[in-house]
Amino acid sequence: MEYLIHLAILFTVYAMLGVSLNLVVGYTGLLSLTHAAFYGIGSYTTAILLTQSGVDFFPSVVLGIILTLIASFLIGLVLSKFRDDYYALGSFGFNAIAFAVFLNWQNLTRGPLGIPGISKPELFGIDFSNNFNFLMLVLAFLGLVYLASRFIVNSSFGRVLKSIREDEEAIQVFGYNTLYFKLAVFMIGAGMAAIAGSFFASYITFIDPSGFTLMESVFILVIIILGGLANLRGSVLGALFLILLPEILRFVGFPSSVAAQMRQLVYGLILILLMLYRPQGLLGEYKI
Amino acid sequence: MNALEIKKLVKHFDGVYAVDNLSLAIEKGKIAAVIGPNGSGKTTLINLISGIVPIDSGVVIINGVGARAIKPYNVPAYGITRTFQEVRLFNQMTVIDNILVVLTERNVFGALFEKHSAHHLKRVEEVLIKVGLWEKRSALAQSLSYGQRKLLEIGRALAMDSEVFLLDEPFAGLFPEMLKIMVAAVKDLRASGKTVVLIEHNMDLIRELADHVVVLDSGKLLAEGKSEEVLSRPEVMEAYLGE
Repeated sequence: MEYLIHLAILFTVYAMLGVSLNLVVGYTGLLSLTHAAFYGIGSYTTAILLTQSGVDFFPSVVLGIILTLIASFLIGLVLSKFRDDYYALGSFGFNAIAFAVFLNWQNLTRGPLGIPGISKPELFGIDFSNNFNFLMLVLAFLGLVYLASRFIVNSSFGRVLKSIREDEEAIQVFGYNTLYFKLAVFMIGAGMAAIAGSFFASYITFIDPSGFTLMESVFILVIIILGGLANLRGSVLGALFLILLPEILRFVGFPSSVAAQMRQLVYGLILILLMLYRPQGLLGEYKI
Repeated sequence: MNALEIKKLVKHFDGVYAVDNLSLAIEKGKIAAVIGPNGSGKTTLINLISGIVPIDSGVVIINGVGARAIKPYNVPAYGITRTFQEVRLFNQMTVIDNILVVLTERNVFGALFEKHSAHHLKRVEEVLIKVGLWEKRSALAQSLSYGQRKLLEIGRALAMDSEVFLLDEPFAGLFPEMLKIMVAAVKDLRASGKTVVLIEHNMDLIRELADHVVVLDSGKLLAEGKSEEVLSRPEVMEAYLGE
């Protein structure tokens, strides 16, 4: 049971990351590879505050969101100069910078040693060091993130985001300063990623820079491409699929000497097949 | 009164002048056709007026307001809307959403909390009925035929209710039935006092629709005036119309 709760918590964190990135990539068409940086800022803010200053979990989440909003505003401003492949490359650069900061600002982050001993939240006398309680809490936050995202994509704002994805120059001629819309959705997505980061840090109780590399951004991107671009339920399904698949493959019965490699191989093969025969993802409405 | 005036407008790309010291005026409530051979600067002219490409020098005066630098997102504030030579719709959005999106609040917070009123939905219905696409309202724009896509694009422009409409080859590639719809839409604009600047190659349509014709060559003004007068000039007929 503890194992299933563990998987459910990881799934919930990644579903939150997927839903938030889908606002940026799926709905707005900005191929961002910097989501792990915002996830990392949220994680580190919570980790540092909980271990070094005695601040409670929930204020640390709020501060993580604020710091991420500031970082995403600045990064979004620079990225707004780029389009398409160049946008992806630029965002890649920012993820690399964030990783370098996590790794090298050792006074604050302890660099490669990471930050251990991050505590779990407590609220109204409920102890969230119990994993089931923690799962309920993080599920509630996923629900909030999901509902907020659904509100956004169903609003007129969401319709403008889709038109930016389809033809940014054309929608500008109809009176939209698309910079503001792109910045707004980029910051909203980043803020949501910071929430996921805070929960991850608190749950795992130890973080180090290796959790926030470019590969982590790619993994979140794969979640939404697999689940379906511009489909929020797809992001949740993609997270479920990618968190559970390696676990299911554990039980296939590969010889122990090659089990890890075989799991990676099957994992990769399934992804390739999906991309070949279902390029819009499992529930996607939009093809790149 | 002039709805649109341009004075000494210049645009060059790597030393090649696409629009070269061009000045002209379009009277309010008229249909003006811009003609000329390929590369004469017709589309560049529309792109300059609509802010798609920046002006090198010169001034554009729209409804009496002058501008030396136009940002695309400010174009509706000048009372201008446009269509594109290559149809540019929001392909993976429905027909209704293609129209509704241009009726949305322009600021982020306004758009986030906006609920489209019955007035907006009524406007979308009127426009789609006018261009014959009401039955296709729930289809994705990418699933429409070429002609339907052109009609949706003009519908999107009509929904803006601007004062000046810049239409880049609106009739090209349309079947007769769709052509009738498009011609009727352009005539309706003039009847309601709007100004239309259209780029067109079909001389019969220009004779039927245009009050004023502007002939461009290598970015320069070759001739302009009433359509019968300009189209009967031998040098225009010979050099640009092949008649």
